[in-house]
Amino acid sequence: VARETQAIIINQKDNVATALMELNAGTEVSVEFQGRVQKMTLLSDVPMGHKFALQDIQEGEAVIKYGESIGQSTVKITRGEHVHVHNVVSQPGGGW
Amino acid sequence: MNFQGYRRPDGKAGTRNYVLIIPSVGCSQGVAREIARGLKGVVYLPNILGCGQVGEDRMLVKKTLVGFGTHPNVFSVLIVGNGCEQLVPQEIKEGIAPSRKRVEVIVTQDVGGTRKTVALGKRIAKEMREDAAKLNREPIPLSELILGTECGGSDYTSGLASNPAVGAACDMLVTEGGTVILSETPELIGAEHILAKRARTSEIATQVLGAVAWWEQKAMAAGENIRKANPAPGNIAGGITTLEEKSLGCIYKAGTSSLEEVIPYASHPTKKGLVYMDTPAHDIEQLTGMVAGGAQIVLFTTGRGTPLGSPIAPVIKITGNRDTYSKMKDNMDLNLSKILEGKEKMNSAGKRIFEEVISVASGKATKAEKTGQRDFCIYKMSMNI
Repeated sequence: VARETQAIIINQKDNVATALMELNAGTEVSVEFQGRVQKMTLLSDVPMGHKFALQDIQEGEAVIKYGESIGQSTVKITRGEHVHVHNVVSQPGGGW
Repeated sequence: MNFQGYRRPDGKAGTRNYVLIIPSVGCSQGVAREIARGLKGVVYLPNILGCGQVGEDRMLVKKTLVGFGTHPNVFSVLIVGNGCEQLVPQEIKEGIAPSRKRVEVIVTQDVGGTRKTVALGKRIAKEMREDAAKLNREPIPLSELILGTECGGSDYTSGLASNPAVGAACDMLVTEGGTVILSETPELIGAEHILAKRARTSEIATQVLGAVAWWEQKAMAAGENIRKANPAPGNIAGGITTLEEKSLGCIYKAGTSSLEEVIPYASHPTKKGLVYMDTPAHDIEQLTGMVAGGAQIVLFTTGRGTPLGSPIAPVIKITGNRDTYSKMKDNMDLNLSKILEGKEKMNSAGKRIFEEVISVASGKATKAEKTGQRDFCIYKMSMNI
């Protein structure tokens, strides 16, 4: 039996993945996008439908999902960490 | 690549071959319904407007009814008037005339009551249907297809599976030279700058931002702050972090092409590729606007499930939620739940949707057609008087 898919990446530019099940801190996750598999250990609990970082995201850097910025990080986010309202803010207008 | 469609006298191409009964006013809706009853291939618009509208709404009603009449999925048109309405049936006929199809008008006050009008209407509709049956499908390039996109009853699977997969299918149609309509402006709020960045010219970008600002102010005046209310607490609990993320999930269903044009409600695209129609997010008003603007087929993503269909255009219902698909098989055309189970790639799901578009455009019936969903509602801004 193949292991269930833990998370999904929507666009190759994304620096976050979305959990497709409840994932606990310490879980070894492996996320695949177009044949490329990324493996990491989760640093926080990530509820289903929530995001975690695929790479380190510096303070003030864009959080990318759908290949676009969905907001700006307010602190440094480490690879494998939960990404949500506690460390990301909306950027109205996205600098337009 | 081609689909099998119907070539019209004005050169346009349809995916269906209906005889359409248009009540020019709500008072004629029942008569129109009775004319169409029991006649396969004959459909009517459940229009309740045509009298009592003010200002720009008068124009919107006429424009939408004319848009359905000229639509290439329609072979011939019978307009049913009452006789004293604000929107004169003859004006609708003149609006449809450039499509060079047969258009007849009957008026209940002249013919003398419901029964006589229904009998006369049925005679005309049957005649039109006989002529329609003589027309055969022929190969039509996909570049002549206008595809509407819509989402309704969304859940977490919409933004993660069905919308991105539909987006992949839309990109494939644009590559074939076809046209994709993105709409529902209120759902765009928060991601408007992203769509604006994809605009072909700065003028188009300004139009996108202008359309969003208009809806935001209009909603604000009615006591709704869309930007503040979203993402809603339920969205945040579900993992949506920002308004950009929520709105991106919605606009992603139209793919990643550059934006060629912004058009008003029920207007025809003048460009190929991705175009944006300024419509409400109300599912039926949005659907009606895109079809009035010439969409011959619609892709509709849903998480929780919806039965909607159009009187004249096939609507393909797509879900990424396995439970919804099995619970609402009557209504769902495509099941994309394997994407979130890791058993289907986004691109292969997109290809499956693209192939379904070609099959349905060539005559395969959708679930909404099989269940007889003929939803129709014209967007208007003001009250009836």
